[in-house]
Amino acid sequence: MNSSEIRSLQRKAAEIRRLTVEEIAHLGIGHVGGSMSIVEVLVLLYYRHLKIDPRDPALETRDKFVMSKGHAGPALYAVLADKGFFPTAMLQTLNQGGTNLPSHCDMNRTPGIDMTTGSLGQGLSAAVGIALGHRLRKLPGRVFALIGDGDTNEGQTWEAAMSASMFGLGNLVAFTDYNKMQIDGPIDVIMKTDQLVDRWTSFGWFAQQVPGHDFAALDEALQKALAEEKRPSMIIADTIKGKDLPGIEGDYNNHNMPISAEQAEQLVASLRELEEASA
Amino acid sequence: MKWNITRPADPQPEEMRAVYGDVLTAIAAEDERIVVLDADLMKANGTLGFKKAYPERTFDVGVAEANMVGVAAGLSAVGLIPFPATFTCFAARRTFDQFFISANYARLNVKLTGTDPGVAAAFNGGTHMSFEDIGLMRTIPKIVICEPSDPVSLRKLLPEITFRYGSSYLRLHRKPITRIYDASETFELGRGKVLIDGEDLTIIAAGAILVAEAIKAAEKLDAEGISAAVIDMHTIKPIDEELVVQYARKTGAILTAENHQVRNGLGSAVAEVVTDQIPVPMVRVGILDEFGEVGTQEFLQERFGLTAENLVAQARELMNKKTRVGASPARSHA
Repeated sequence: MNSSEIRSLQRKAAEIRRLTVEEIAHLGIGHVGGSMSIVEVLVLLYYRHLKIDPRDPALETRDKFVMSKGHAGPALYAVLADKGFFPTAMLQTLNQGGTNLPSHCDMNRTPGIDMTTGSLGQGLSAAVGIALGHRLRKLPGRVFALIGDGDTNEGQTWEAAMSASMFGLGNLVAFTDYNKMQIDGPIDVIMKTDQLVDRWTSFGWFAQQVPGHDFAALDEALQKALAEEKRPSMIIADTIKGKDLPGIEGDYNNHNMPISAEQAEQLVASLRELEEASA
Repeated sequence: MKWNITRPADPQPEEMRAVYGDVLTAIAAEDERIVVLDADLMKANGTLGFKKAYPERTFDVGVAEANMVGVAAGLSAVGLIPFPATFTCFAARRTFDQFFISANYARLNVKLTGTDPGVAAAFNGGTHMSFEDIGLMRTIPKIVICEPSDPVSLRKLLPEITFRYGSSYLRLHRKPITRIYDASETFELGRGKVLIDGEDLTIIAAGAILVAEAIKAAEKLDAEGISAAVIDMHTIKPIDEELVVQYARKTGAILTAENHQVRNGLGSAVAEVVTDQIPVPMVRVGILDEFGEVGTQEFLQERFGLTAENLVAQARELMNKKTRVGASPARSHA
């Protein structure tokens, strides 16, 4: 990637953060922290790599994405709206009664969502099933998954990890949003999940760890992962919960938090500055 | 005693798991969407023949039932029809959240099979004995729950389960079972089968053990001059409300029989219909408020009252209850 491509992705990341803050602020409460930490991974995938057609979400041959940390739906909804899967105005309906944008991802409600998630630990198993299905049906699409620290606590994630390498799923690339915060506190205090490269490598995966808000590093890791044919890949993205939100970034209390109208205004202004700085 | 079905010309026993594996293998020959998953129990669940025929469509995930159901959901999300199987205790207790969310809440098409229901777990004992799996499954919205009573009904109902979109739970006795039905019998999911017609009470049973015991009980009752109808309620959800109401009205008393807790199983499902639509005296035979334990299936049937003798005793009680109630409201509808 050249520097202008990187700047363009950085601008898009700031825009997605702004759309997500506006989306959550409309109701006044939501999963802010974990939505902010995944933005660069989402932007890299949806604006540079995923073979998708927003006009045809049901296309069988396209790439698939499983958001195992389903509570980060708001960030993904901002991306899907911006890509044209549904009107951006729909973002204001987040979590309102009758909405098609529920707090956790729902494949039956939201165009572009490939798997219903929300009960942590279940997404990677589903991604393994989708990847097996693609291989069996000779579908060309790759399968991407994003898990979080909470998913990493869940035993099922490691069952899925075993099976993905056992089945030789070279068409599966997963990311860990390694923001090192869980609801009750920092992972080092609540449930330590360190040495993730060693853990995933020992489970038979091709594992890399990179700065998770650095597009060049993420892209390089993804290129290497995509070159793997016989092993599933895990990219551990070192991220910051609440990234780029002044006063919120890095605070473990930002998992599910209220945002006042006044606070939203300040955050939006700050994110607009970031967008302009990358223009 | 008035049989309402054609009795089988050749009532020889067949292994239910062999029928399960054979039917899936036969369907798979015509439909490449069929895939089988297991969690290290393929031999026990009768799917080794499928694996031999379709190795690329068979996924053994090792002893990881939660992942098995999650992977099945993913396979279903790309248009395949997955059949994950394990013992009933693991299918229901261990994978409940995965089956609930990734399969059912996600409106996917996962055909979960639980084998060795209730006392059929025998020598595996209390840890492996599920008296609660129907109860758990029955609370999942829209699910289909089916417990065939013999090889013929299994052979006919399995294709129906396969091609009816939506997640389902097949409660499968895996050992040899004598045929109840003639091979020509036809079945429909959600439509119970009247095996024996009767006037004084109706025994509604499900599954390989209790339908057979219900037939024996009806024979004994007939010798005592009590005319008992017997219904094989192979589909527990959605339950055949029409048939329950029809026989509550006709006989004015209902006895349910199941290899499961009386709480939230077949008896509860029938009682819900009876209470709402046509209250008549009822007795539910099944496991009371107890855990399972080890022993032969015969010992455990005795231990928990899952025998024709107990059904007969309970039927007599029911007849007393019916007399005490007098001309039941149900009768007055007749």
